[in-house]
Amino acid sequence: MSVSPIDYQIMWNRLIAVVEEQATTLIRTAFSTSVREAGDLSAGLFDRQGRMMAQAVTGTPGHVNAMAESVTHFAREIGVQNTFEGDVFITNDPWMGTGHLHDITVVTPVFRKGTHIGYFACTAHVVDIGGRGFGPDAGEVFEEGLLIPITKFADCGTVNSLLIQLVRANVRTPDQTVGDMYSLAACNEAGNRRLQDMMDEFAIDDLDGLSGFIMEGSRKATLEAISKVPSGTYHASMTVDGYDAPVHMVVTLTVEGAQLKADFTGTSGMSKFGVNCPEVYTRAYACYALKCAIAPEVPNNTGSLLPFEISAPEGCILAAKRPAPVSTRHVMGHLVPDVVLGALHQAMPDTVPAEGASALWNIQISARPSDPGSGLPNREVLMFNSGGTGARPALDGMSATAFPSGVSTMSVEATEHVGPITVWRKDLREGSGGAGKFRGGLGQTIEIEARDGYDFYFNAMFDRIANPARGRDGGGAGGPGAVELSDGSKLRGKGRQKIENGKRLKLSLPGGGGYGDPRDRDRDQVRADLEAGYITEDQAKADYGLEL
Amino acid sequence: MSNPNIRVGVDIGGTFTDVALQHPGGLSTGKVLTNYSQPEQAILDGIERAAGAAAIELGEIGQVIHGTTLVTNALIERRGAKLAFITTEGFRDVVEMRSENRFEQYDLNLTLPAPLVARKDRFTVNERVAADGSVLLALQQAEVDAMVQTVLDGGYEAVAIGFMHAYANPAHEQMMAEALRKAAPDLSVSISSVISPQMREFERFNTVIANAYVQPQVADYLGRLVARLRDTGIQAPVFMMHSGGGLISVETASAEPVRLLESGPAGGAIFAADFALAHGLDKVLSFDMGGTTAKICLIENGTPKTANTFEVARTYRFKKGSGMPVSTPVVEMVEIGAGGGSIASVDAMGRIQVGPKSAASEPGPACYQRGGEEPTVTDANLALGRLDPDNFAGGAIPLSAENAHQALHSRLGAKLAIESSDAAFGVTEMVDENMANAARVHTVENGRDIEHFTMVAFGGGAPLHACRLCEKLGIEALIIPPGAGVGSAIGFLKAPFSYEASRGLFQRLDEFEASSVNAALKELEAEARAFVAEGAADAEISTKLTAYMRYSGQGWEIPVVLPYREFQAGDRGMLLEAFEQAYRTLFGRIIDDLAVEVTNWSLTVASVLPDVAKAGRHLTGLPLAPGKTRDFFDAAQRRTVTAQEIERSAMAPGVIVEGPAVVVENETSTIVTSAYSVIGQGDGSLLLLRKGAVK
Repeated sequence: MSVSPIDYQIMWNRLIAVVEEQATTLIRTAFSTSVREAGDLSAGLFDRQGRMMAQAVTGTPGHVNAMAESVTHFAREIGVQNTFEGDVFITNDPWMGTGHLHDITVVTPVFRKGTHIGYFACTAHVVDIGGRGFGPDAGEVFEEGLLIPITKFADCGTVNSLLIQLVRANVRTPDQTVGDMYSLAACNEAGNRRLQDMMDEFAIDDLDGLSGFIMEGSRKATLEAISKVPSGTYHASMTVDGYDAPVHMVVTLTVEGAQLKADFTGTSGMSKFGVNCPEVYTRAYACYALKCAIAPEVPNNTGSLLPFEISAPEGCILAAKRPAPVSTRHVMGHLVPDVVLGALHQAMPDTVPAEGASALWNIQISARPSDPGSGLPNREVLMFNSGGTGARPALDGMSATAFPSGVSTMSVEATEHVGPITVWRKDLREGSGGAGKFRGGLGQTIEIEARDGYDFYFNAMFDRIANPARGRDGGGAGGPGAVELSDGSKLRGKGRQKIENGKRLKLSLPGGGGYGDPRDRDRDQVRADLEAGYITEDQAKADYGLEL
Repeated sequence: MSNPNIRVGVDIGGTFTDVALQHPGGLSTGKVLTNYSQPEQAILDGIERAAGAAAIELGEIGQVIHGTTLVTNALIERRGAKLAFITTEGFRDVVEMRSENRFEQYDLNLTLPAPLVARKDRFTVNERVAADGSVLLALQQAEVDAMVQTVLDGGYEAVAIGFMHAYANPAHEQMMAEALRKAAPDLSVSISSVISPQMREFERFNTVIANAYVQPQVADYLGRLVARLRDTGIQAPVFMMHSGGGLISVETASAEPVRLLESGPAGGAIFAADFALAHGLDKVLSFDMGGTTAKICLIENGTPKTANTFEVARTYRFKKGSGMPVSTPVVEMVEIGAGGGSIASVDAMGRIQVGPKSAASEPGPACYQRGGEEPTVTDANLALGRLDPDNFAGGAIPLSAENAHQALHSRLGAKLAIESSDAAFGVTEMVDENMANAARVHTVENGRDIEHFTMVAFGGGAPLHACRLCEKLGIEALIIPPGAGVGSAIGFLKAPFSYEASRGLFQRLDEFEASSVNAALKELEAEARAFVAEGAADAEISTKLTAYMRYSGQGWEIPVVLPYREFQAGDRGMLLEAFEQAYRTLFGRIIDDLAVEVTNWSLTVASVLPDVAKAGRHLTGLPLAPGKTRDFFDAAQRRTVTAQEIERSAMAPGVIVEGPAVVVENETSTIVTSAYSVIGQGDGSLLLLRKGAVK
């Protein structure tokens, strides 16, 4: 049976289902809360050259695009001559994988009839990797935990017991971290089974023809989309809070016909703390932003990702050099799309949103008995929270919604069962959306208090407190974030702090920027916003010019 | 004089109102167009027609069982009551903030579904119950009174009340509701601790809001329906199908209409389950394909799989997360946008894509000749010879092969530089792929191997696609039951009276407290029994206890079926073992040394039905003499094959025809591919078996 273009289309479609099954297997067996709850994982199929053919649509663009690059590192480091049936490769090297030690990437070479034809790869955020734990306080990556270089997790079907011993001895949760390593390997195995079924059905023995079909179709569609972007050079810059000092992000976007380059020359240098981004993670988020705006309908694969050429000079905060600390690289990474879209806006007006809260306000709460002698157990509580997104050219921003990340929040009722805390408030933050013809999304207000007998610590990793999200085309800035006690006393936006029993932590999450002149906003809409309490009376008058 | 053996099932769907009348002489069915302004009129017309055909007086009807999609439509179209929502201070926006994520990653212009209650109509009171049910902040009477006044001043028709952790302690919700009922006895009031007593505020609040939103309208409709039935001489009691696959009284349905949302599809699943039992099959996958969507459900040991949360009114390409979550017992289905009317197009990569956009019934597929210009799955089936143009819907809609070819050529073939027959193959393969993939993912998520299932296929489009789907899924046996066009209505007649009562009661297993669980279960049983007694007071009943359990720190529970009896302190080990067994089934392993917790308990009480009569099952038989033939395109073979064409009426029990074959009947055709044979069954079903399958 010869392979027709229709067959290739059907197989391409099937591959998406294959990698979805691969991802589903991982979500259902992983230990890590962020994998199960927030879809903090990635899974995909690669051809034997290391080109990504298909990828599951999961929660985080940071993984999605970073993993696409990682397989070529494996192929190079291990070498085809050392790649055997039954092998499983592994790393958590931030510069070879997805940007921090907590993400473990597992790559399984695929064989058919004894011949190496491709790879399955997957990435997940594990519960613990040793070191200081998940937080920005390390001075070097060595303090952040155990680094597993690119190596074999299994060699011809035999698991590397020394590696397992090493991991077990170096992490706080040996069963769960090692368990997740096995989950990752198992999910590749699930994908492989389904792939082999498909190859039986279509009677093919290699992926070359199919891969070529996918790469060519995707590349062509992407280049066509890029060609529609007016040629030119576009600059944008943005200042965000950073950890110890403000960070300037600078990007130059060059479009020439079907060629598109984004370069971050001019961006601030590295931080002393773990908010630095390896370049791979920066590329992932920059590429995600560009793809959303330019070619959203083209599926993720090497063919559709490669036309976006993205670079940052080594040594800047967006291309951190070894051995920089990188544990909480997501804060800077999540902000990258805002500056990239700012540059693209000049090329493609009326396409991209205003700036948003962007970086998640995740909070890890460590509840500790006020009296250590009380015998009460320690408890850990993790919450994912989002501020407002920027207004769109013809739509308001989304309130309390993650962008560019795609994670979900957890139920407060469920959270209160996990640890001894009361969340007294988690509601929209009135007046925090940037004014505009289209209003920025609102941030949210969260108030947390420890239950009787407990104090709690939390690790602040919050941005957009000093530097709120800016509006576009005359739109106003979103409300800046704030970290304080509910009595109004200020707390720091970064670092570990203690909230004593009886006090309430109050987080005010930033809102998104507005789009267009607020005085052009539909008057009925302004009145409706006022009636709903999305904006205050002062804002209605002063920003929107509403006569009451 | 009414006869308890004469029963009628009525299903109101989006296009048709189906009626199935069961009487001592057999089954009489009918289809009439749904009447949106007066749904009860279509019901009466349908019943009269079916009764007339069976020569039965209306007064003889002993029971009317009803299910409807109208409640779902009211939510989708946002036609509900002027509604206020009262909640705990600090949580006014739970239903607006949703899960804080985007269900589509790459769409910069995504819009999230707006809550059913706008922010200005959402009010808060100062009160707070903790996770363990203790009161952290007591609700003051003065505040209750002020809120009553606010609601009265606002002129609301209905009120939903949802407080934090009310599933653990409903006292504050009850206090608020009583004050409202006292002040305004006619006001519709729904409280979350009654409508959906489960942990997770977004789902629970949304469920109570959905209930309050449709309650006045549904109560009004059901009242009119019962009155009209009485007027026409039908004195029979009326019962409603609920989403969980059982029957409840009209009164319960009027108070808790949110339980009716998935009544139609639940009827379909019960219909399939009945055939699973008749054929002695313990693992069945039901496949229901209509004009716009396809639904898939797992049925094990004759029972459709149920869940306690689902999503209605998806707003974005049927994507998970784009609708409203509702936490009430439901037959669990996967629904995808794939049906006969699904439109095919070419995307930027030159790929054929099918659905979820549908040509619906107006203008319908291009071949209907009603102005539809876009190629649909039905057009592709026609072009491939799988449909008889002169015998579609019993000849009621003449199909134009010319129009189908034209649409396939202009919108697909010309763009891709391929023949329109190749484009047609691409369309059917793509839609079959989409359905197969959804079925596969659903079984994987449930820790099952799809190869071990038998498919039961019904709905207008299913017999055309089911055999190819089985080829793709590695399924060896497929049943096409008779009466498949009105499957849901027939399913209503096979459903037990049942009620699932549930309660959020959070406990870590190492702190398991038998007494509080026993007390809660006793309440659940009393509650559920009372509902069942409304329809089947003297019936023998069965109980099924499910605990929703998880490892500490995990986000989602798994259902663990437990023996229903008084628990002892020492039962911790039994609970752990049951959990581990269920966990292993789903995930293939367990996690040592991690604490286990229970979040919800649910108890289902159901009337026990008589055993289903076994179908005379034939795995082989005598061949028919060759007669008419028809050519169709066999997808697995990638070529057109000459198939035997047989009238369904000729497929008597024990008749076998080897594929390729087409079995034709009034409403649709069953395609038997070259890899399968079809055998007539004692109960009028068709059994398709893969050639060479181990029987």
